Amino acid sequence: MAAMMQSAMPTSEPGYSFSQAPQSVAGGPRQHGFYPYTDNGGTTLGITGSDFAVLAGDTRSTSGYNINSRYAPKLFKIGGTGSANEGARIVLSVVGFAADGNALKERLDTVVKMYKFQHNKEMSVHACAQRLSHILYNKRFFPYYVHAILGGLDENGVGALYSYDPVGSYERETCRSAGAASSLITPFLDNQVNLKNQYDPTSGSGLEKVTKAPQPLSRQTVEELVTDSFTSAAERQIEVGDGLQMFIITKDGIEEKYMELKKD
Amino acid sequence: MNHFPVGWGRPRDDVYGAYNPSYLPQSHGGTQANPITHTQSPIVTGTSVLAIKYKDGVVIAADNLASYGSLARFTDVKRLKQFNRKAVVGFGGDVSDMQYLDRLLNSLDVEENYGGDAPAESGPHMSAKNLHAYLSKVMYKRRSDFNPLWNAMLVAGLDESDKPFLAYADLLGTTYSSPSLATGFGAHLAQPIMRRAVPNEAASRELSKEQAVECIKECMKVLFYRDARSMPVYSIAVIDGKGVDLKEDEKLENQSWAFAEQIRGYGTQTV
Repeated sequence: MAAMMQSAMPTSEPGYSFSQAPQSVAGGPRQHGFYPYTDNGGTTLGITGSDFAVLAGDTRSTSGYNINSRYAPKLFKIGGTGSANEGARIVLSVVGFAADGNALKERLDTVVKMYKFQHNKEMSVHACAQRLSHILYNKRFFPYYVHAILGGLDENGVGALYSYDPVGSYERETCRSAGAASSLITPFLDNQVNLKNQYDPTSGSGLEKVTKAPQPLSRQTVEELVTDSFTSAAERQIEVGDGLQMFIITKDGIEEKYMELKKD
Repeated sequence: MNHFPVGWGRPRDDVYGAYNPSYLPQSHGGTQANPITHTQSPIVTGTSVLAIKYKDGVVIAADNLASYGSLARFTDVKRLKQFNRKAVVGFGGDVSDMQYLDRLLNSLDVEENYGGDAPAESGPHMSAKNLHAYLSKVMYKRRSDFNPLWNAMLVAGLDESDKPFLAYADLLGTTYSSPSLATGFGAHLAQPIMRRAVPNEAASRELSKEQAVECIKECMKVLFYRDARSMPVYSIAVIDGKGVDLKEDEKLENQSWAFAEQIRGYGTQTV
């Protein structure tokens, strides 16, 4: 309004209908109609035992109803040496927006490798887990749109699993599923790993019933639970399928297993 | 007398009154309350890019059309860009962003080869894998700055151990790799045909160059039949151990429009 009043003021000087200094548009607020995220589907799963941790994820990458790729791993070794992460003892799984997942993986991997150069010892899973939380929270207002699960062995050689929300809230757990089919897999895990709704058959009925206490599972049992989870999820979730990649972390290192899933 | 050349031919305020800028946004001296909405969307666009891996290389193709909305605006735009003798990039999406990326890649190529140990014919080249890593980081950085390069592209060529390499990168920084890839409409129409030829990596290691080229040509034809933003002149490149064989003025062959007669339910026919 002020600009209008000023220029409308009659003067003896010749006036012009434009400002003589070029006006810069830069620097002002800009609004964009660009949504920077997408969902690449897929599911991940982690279960721990007394001396191992298993992380698994399907290898399908999707955009809507399209299959981008039948082999796009969501599991990454963290630390170790070189781009192949030889000798690594930590695994990160990310599901959600794959580009953010890759960026997150690269940042965490760099941090863990730098840690070894600076302190001349391997980073513990505990420390790595907290660092990952900080990396995620650092982008609190433009988050990495991923559900991360970090797995390894703790200081006592016991399987350790940490799960995260996209902004870095985290918790150590014995088992966790994330991604497109997490709503299908989680109740199965509740029942089979945490023995929810399972009662001692020798106890009475009604209020007498005694719940079963969860016990650490054997490695074979865990692997079977993982494959059953994914074959079932692939039946019901269109974003899950193609292949199942599994990383088993033990004191001897990381063992990789791959099996085919339904490709439809 | 107006002595300023920029004022010549413009209405004088003392004669006609001041220009009323009230309809303009505030950044241009106006009084409009709304901030500028700078919605980004592609303007001149290229359609699908297709590529397929075979036993000793990759075949990639894209037509030569740049559309302005539904108008076939430029009919001689080369959308396959050769990076070096190991890599070709095929661009879909905004053409001006493609041209920016092409300049960026050319300067990268110059930088890579500048200096005392410029690679000889057999010397180390930046592989297609390296190029894809670079490109996808450029794309991810730009999307993270909310200033995306509006492209979907395929990087085809050979990796550092001269094995066939094919990968995708787009405006969101999304990347993936597969024995066959297609962007845009091609992901719907061509990818199912290509996957019949190469369902997995093992199958692509068995595929011959002739079969791969034949498959790509067939897919380009299907796309021309069904994609309204396509044209029958296209570029096709074969990248293998011998280098890049890029042809930029290929025409679709053996078109058959016999199927068009069978189509019922839309169009002008009344029965």
